[in-house]
Amino acid sequence: MRLTQGTFSFLPDLTDEQIGAQIEYCLAKNWAVSIEYTDDPHPRNTYWEMFGLPMFDIRDAAAILGEVRTCRKTFPRHYIKVNAFDSTRGRESLRLSFIVNRPEREPGFALTRQEGPGRTVQYTTRSYAVERPEGERY
Amino acid sequence: MKVETAPSIEALGGGPRSGDSAADSAALAPNCDLEAVFRDSHVGDVLDELDRELVGLAPVKSRIRDIAALLLIERLRSNLGLTTGAPSLHMSFTGNPGTGKTTVALRMAQILHRLGYVRKGHLVAVTRDDLVGQYIGHTAPKTREVLKRAMGGVLFIDEAYYLYRPENERDYGQEAIEILLQVMENQREDLVVILAGYKDRMDTFFRSNPGMSSRVAHHLDFPDYTSPELLAIARLMLGGMQYRFSPEADRAFRDYIERRKAQPHFANARSVRNALDRSRLRQASRLFARRGGPISREDLVTLEAADILASRVFGGSAT
Repeated sequence: MRLTQGTFSFLPDLTDEQIGAQIEYCLAKNWAVSIEYTDDPHPRNTYWEMFGLPMFDIRDAAAILGEVRTCRKTFPRHYIKVNAFDSTRGRESLRLSFIVNRPEREPGFALTRQEGPGRTVQYTTRSYAVERPEGERY
Repeated sequence: MKVETAPSIEALGGGPRSGDSAADSAALAPNCDLEAVFRDSHVGDVLDELDRELVGLAPVKSRIRDIAALLLIERLRSNLGLTTGAPSLHMSFTGNPGTGKTTVALRMAQILHRLGYVRKGHLVAVTRDDLVGQYIGHTAPKTREVLKRAMGGVLFIDEAYYLYRPENERDYGQEAIEILLQVMENQREDLVVILAGYKDRMDTFFRSNPGMSSRVAHHLDFPDYTSPELLAIARLMLGGMQYRFSPEADRAFRDYIERRKAQPHFANARSVRNALDRSRLRQASRLFARRGGPISREDLVTLEAADILASRVFGGSAT
């Protein structure tokens, strides 16, 4: 099951050239771009690992694209996303976030039903991948 | 390669198929394009500015013109579908202190940007401290960080010879050089590296790092300025700060340059700038001493001979 999180996730995977163009757009807006990776793709997992620090005062997309490639080489079977943070006063939040790398096989999520008092049912999802320990999941 | 060039040559000469309109326009284009490309790039403006604002430096200017011409021709060639290899533009600037190496590097970034060789055209000026770390494993990330910042522009390494310290074989400078070399070779289209330093020490540096020497295509030597050139520079600097010499001060400054050149630690344009700054101080206190009376605009912009003659190069008097 294909993971659809962040911007562009319903499109086919972006090529490096397209990723570069998106990063170029972020830099033109003065957003700080950072790279994060994880192997726990639960939609509520907002704490992905940082790959290096957010890249401030970078002027050209080539530099960040280089980092993306390094990250892919280090974690070829992890999810990797590129984030762009807008530090403008009052905004101070992510403006753009998109996935740039995903594992070859994405097993998807199981729906768990939990019966509560009064026949209420609580639903939660659980990734099949997280059954194994971190680092061995994909 | 042959396959690519063949149709273009046909297009250039009109060829047997000059009847169809596409070939016609292609045949017409080469005659007018150079002028158009030259105008569009606004390189002419930068080169004129270079002539106007930088005094002397004839060999440097002519090399910059050559590079500009080459890049324009490359652009024409690529318009016609001829093969173009992005030329290697890493440079080394050698010369005595104050001969304008940093200023030219800044201009170079602008020119290369106008010519479309670098994408952003900013200059990142660094020295050894910015590249080399203090402990094992610190150097590589530091150097990469700097290189990342310089991507799309020009990386200017001032006093580059400090990177290599032959007296200490465990110096981390070598590691920085290796990373630099790698990026200079593999990401030629992403950044231009300019190494600068004093002539003799840079020669030693290149001798002990042959890999670096062969990857730097342009070795530019900045000559020392002559006295008239220094005077012209002084006038240019004063003009920029909205000051001027009185006629006597002009003569005095000419004299000053001659005397200063004979002294040790003469740093060309930098010495001139320092001398002017000191003259401004003296002018300010001279005017301040006259307070109470009216001070005209003329007084405020004029440096008098006395402001210059008070310098220590004139016979060891005050300051």
